Amino acid sequence: MTGPVRLAVIGIGNPRRGDDAVGREVARWLRGRAPQRARVLDTDGEPASLIALLDGLAAVWIVDACRSGARAGAIRRLDVSATALPSELTTVSTHGLGLAEAIELARAIDRLPPHCVVYAIEASAFDHGSSLTPDVAAAVAETGRRILAEISAVGARLEG
Amino acid sequence: MTTRTIKVDYLARVEGEGAFKVVVRDGAVRSAELKIFEPPRFFESFLRGRAAIEAPDLTARICGICPVAYQMSAVHAIEDAFGITVDGPIRALRRLIYCGEWIESHALHVYMLHAPDFLGYDGAIDMARDHAEAVRRGLMLKKAGNAIVALIGGREIHPVNIRVGGFYRVPRRRELDPLAEELKRARDLALETVRWVAGFDFPDSERDYAFVALRHPHEYPFNEGRIVSNRGLDIPVSDFDRHFREMQVARSTALHSRMADGSSYLVGPLARYALNFDRLSPPAQEAARESGLGPVCSNPYRGIIVRAVEILHACDEALRIIADYAEPDRPHVAVEPRPGIGHGATEAPRGLLFHRYEIDGDGLITAARIVPPTAQNQASIEEDLAGHVGGFLDLPKTELQHKCEQTIRNYDPCISCATHFLKLRIDRE
Repeated sequence: MTGPVRLAVIGIGNPRRGDDAVGREVARWLRGRAPQRARVLDTDGEPASLIALLDGLAAVWIVDACRSGARAGAIRRLDVSATALPSELTTVSTHGLGLAEAIELARAIDRLPPHCVVYAIEASAFDHGSSLTPDVAAAVAETGRRILAEISAVGARLEG
Repeated sequence: MTTRTIKVDYLARVEGEGAFKVVVRDGAVRSAELKIFEPPRFFESFLRGRAAIEAPDLTARICGICPVAYQMSAVHAIEDAFGITVDGPIRALRRLIYCGEWIESHALHVYMLHAPDFLGYDGAIDMARDHAEAVRRGLMLKKAGNAIVALIGGREIHPVNIRVGGFYRVPRRRELDPLAEELKRARDLALETVRWVAGFDFPDSERDYAFVALRHPHEYPFNEGRIVSNRGLDIPVSDFDRHFREMQVARSTALHSRMADGSSYLVGPLARYALNFDRLSPPAQEAARESGLGPVCSNPYRGIIVRAVEILHACDEALRIIADYAEPDRPHVAVEPRPGIGHGATEAPRGLLFHRYEIDGDGLITAARIVPPTAQNQASIEEDLAGHVGGFLDLPKTELQHKCEQTIRNYDPCISCATHFLKLRIDRE
């Protein structure tokens, strides 16, 4: 293929709301560890800003906190390249547009990267000003390692 | 006599929990009631006993879409009580962040919430499949608004950099340059937006509204001005209570507002536009004329064009402020709490937002009053429904339901900042 392979990891969350920050913490863990060809970004999740970050990417890994009833710190990997997020992970945001809606909007306007994976980490507390709870904090490095492996595999495939 | 009930479980694309009921008897609308059943949120109560300087951050939490409006009305009211005047670059930055909020909020409503009504889609995602280019434009506009709020306010959602007296930190001149580049692109997108929405089909219905908005000697109003109407009202903000009344009605947990004589009135883009057309930027005036709007628009469905014109104005105004910006010596003026009563009113995207605080000798709030735009517009929404639905009664059920929802969404109602749903029911007796 021509041009640089464009890969990115996007961590979503509010850094001051407990486990909601887990996406950003994974992004922080990846900074300095991810290969240069992968950009590591974060955002508070506002859909227009998130979709703008997707522009032109060949592959993206999005990391966000979720509440699905699983045990705290559980890591779910969801390939949304061709299918929507499952309904139990549809979030309710103050803007009525959560991550699932942002992904579908991006897909509808042809902005969703061909390879798009969501890592959803089960959160347990969203207290103002607090840090990650221990179970969720324990999932940060594991999620980061899995994404590193995927970046390596996908990057090699795209370059090859 | 035929009885027919039309029920919709929820109306999407509005903020808050409510219901709506139209009673039709013998082919005529007998009553139209907007029912708001979202639990009251007691903001005015829990502000009591808090430090007055906390009001902007606490009231910002009333709304996730227009937190800047709450912060601005709060800081102006508190500064009024403290006898503080903010001018120069700090005042200009307040207008700049307000531009950002208008662009964000209007772009969201125009593209994601309201345009699907005119183009026949259930929502923005469905619409985007056929109108991808338009939705991309809307998202880029919204992002430009986000960029202003993030730079001036510290973050995109619920900005944290606004305080009584000014800001905690003001931007360096060079930080504004990339913003200006983004806004120049946004300005072109805004103009395209006006042209795009002007091409929609609009029901031919007008009402003789009592428009109420701020008016400033030189500016299209954001933060300052006298409260004026097209019925001859022209009062300082501090006289709000003498001319407007809030009252409780059984069907709503949000207080209804009326003029002192009991009549309804309208706040928001149509009112601002009608009362301040001559204060719009020349390109915004030109775009309005080109789109077929006169200096007054009384067709609520065409409000989507007025919002688009206001997006263009906000881009122009933001670029003007950035071009003129000189870094102030300090990010805020000195704040010395003192006891007193303060009033503030600013123009939230949805209309006039009034705050009033009583503050004691310790700088604590002893009484607070907040009158948001959607509460003021409830009576007008009901009258619109009663008036307009009568013209649509021959439509098939689903189309009639849709017209009712569209009529409500003309107002971009923010029943609360928590997005839930609004139920709609039409009884035909």
